[in-house]
Amino acid sequence: MRKSLDYIIEAVIFICGILSIVFVVLIFSFLLKEGLSFFKDFSFIKFITNQFWYPNSKIPSFGILSLISGSALVTLGACLIAVPIGVMTALFISEIAPKSIRDILKSLVELMAAIPSVVIGFVGMVTVVPLVKNVFNLPTGLTAFSGSIMLALMAIPTIVTISEDAIRSVPWQYKEGALALGATKWQTLRRVVLKAAMPGIIAAIMLGIGRVIGETMAVMMITGNAAHVPHSIFDPIRTMTSTIASEMGETVRGGMHYKSLFAIGLVLFLITFLVNFIADLFLGKNKNL
Amino acid sequence: MKKIIYCLIVSVLLFACTRNNSKNIESIQIKGSDTIVNLIQVWAENFVQSHPNSNISVTGGGSGTGFASLINKTCDIAMSSREIEKKESVLAKQNNVNPMGFKVGLDGLVVIVNKNNPVNKLTLAELKDIFMAKITNWKEVGGHDKKIVILSRESNSGTHMFFKERVIRNNDINSDDEFSIHSLMMSSSQAIYDEVLQNPNALGYVGMGFVNNKIKTLSISTNEKNKFIAPTIERVIDGSYPISRPLYLYTDGNPSGIVEVFIDYTLSDEGQKIVVDTDFVPIKK
Repeated sequence: MRKSLDYIIEAVIFICGILSIVFVVLIFSFLLKEGLSFFKDFSFIKFITNQFWYPNSKIPSFGILSLISGSALVTLGACLIAVPIGVMTALFISEIAPKSIRDILKSLVELMAAIPSVVIGFVGMVTVVPLVKNVFNLPTGLTAFSGSIMLALMAIPTIVTISEDAIRSVPWQYKEGALALGATKWQTLRRVVLKAAMPGIIAAIMLGIGRVIGETMAVMMITGNAAHVPHSIFDPIRTMTSTIASEMGETVRGGMHYKSLFAIGLVLFLITFLVNFIADLFLGKNKNL
Repeated sequence: MKKIIYCLIVSVLLFACTRNNSKNIESIQIKGSDTIVNLIQVWAENFVQSHPNSNISVTGGGSGTGFASLINKTCDIAMSSREIEKKESVLAKQNNVNPMGFKVGLDGLVVIVNKNNPVNKLTLAELKDIFMAKITNWKEVGGHDKKIVILSRESNSGTHMFFKERVIRNNDINSDDEFSIHSLMMSSSQAIYDEVLQNPNALGYVGMGFVNNKIKTLSISTNEKNKFIAPTIERVIDGSYPISRPLYLYTDGNPSGIVEVFIDYTLSDEGQKIVVDTDFVPIKK
């Protein structure tokens, strides 16, 4: 009796564990099926090098160069803001802050991760967008830069929590050794702790990028959605994710437009897969330390 | 603790039973154009008051979304700010859906700018050049030396389609002109309104329901020689305002039961009065 109960529970746990893998495989194969059938009628090279996205024209043009560059620009901007702030915060929390402040800071950062993206988008729309317009004297505040600021807010919690783990797992002997050799606290932090924790920090940054590039709602609300190749970070842009989200509702199942959105999804999936893969490589390195 | 959970379960079960027993509640699902969603909502609220056994849910998403869900049989009425497209009716036939349209009102598309913008009027040709980014500075049409920020709706919106056909393609079905790639595609008319409200360089188009005295509407003429017409209800009814369009409700086949009652209500005097109250234009005076 006890044995069979054991067996059943083991089986249930196995099924639950295997289910998530099954789901990923199913989602990926569905994406592949719908996305690849698009490339039968439209060349892949043209898809990613043409910059005109007019899926509903009489002679439709499916070029996602403008969307890819929009996504890339807003992600790059968000990284430039989020990485220094995130890594510094992680250093402060794990190495400098006294225990009482550390606990408050940590839970606040974790709380930040829980803010829904539509709320971040809404707050950005009424505060950051007019501010960016006035400060930089732009024709409109709906720009990649505004999007980057709000996306940075979403990436920071991811970067902070994972880099903090990495920094904390640096063996204390390293630090004591450095301090004993006469290094100052800053020298120890910079030359020893940061260096030893680097693989973990890079993994944190990669996961942060993964979060930013897949974000939809906030960028849709504040980046202006103009499907052109941007000339500067103060131009409006349109991302791959917001294109899928805003156009999926009108497409007819099985049509070219529908398939093209899946093809965008496929490109996006490949990018996030690559980013996560790199993160995993670095996380694995961290464990061998 | 156990008792509370027990009570909760019993009450949920009881609730479930009561819902099942009251079979006489009839519900209508309405989906489609964001332009008329406000109007339909007022209709629905008033209708439910006089027909307490009915239950109406109204969702926006764009005319295209409405037709798609009518074809997929996930709604009873599709509201639309354009006629059904050929593509869509072919698809409907394949799915054994027979869309029937009812004209329930008219809408004028209003071109709006910020209060601080000195421009008061544009011709259709100028409007077309602005939205195709051939005119990019306000000084070319009599304004300040500032870049024009073009605001458009997403391509799933009937407003977008109508504006494209009427202004950008000038009703020429062979034309293949499109909005400029520099135009900002906003996800709702409210978003266009909000941006125009705080941005003196912006130019956008919305339905008449959005007009109030915090923003400025432009008078439009078909060419320089003709009179510039301000977007008012009278000018839309008499057809002299150039950018106006009918609003439709579409059903699958001849409506019956509660859906028929609802459509009759929208066409009644009381229903048409609500059209006027929500700043749209009634089909007859």
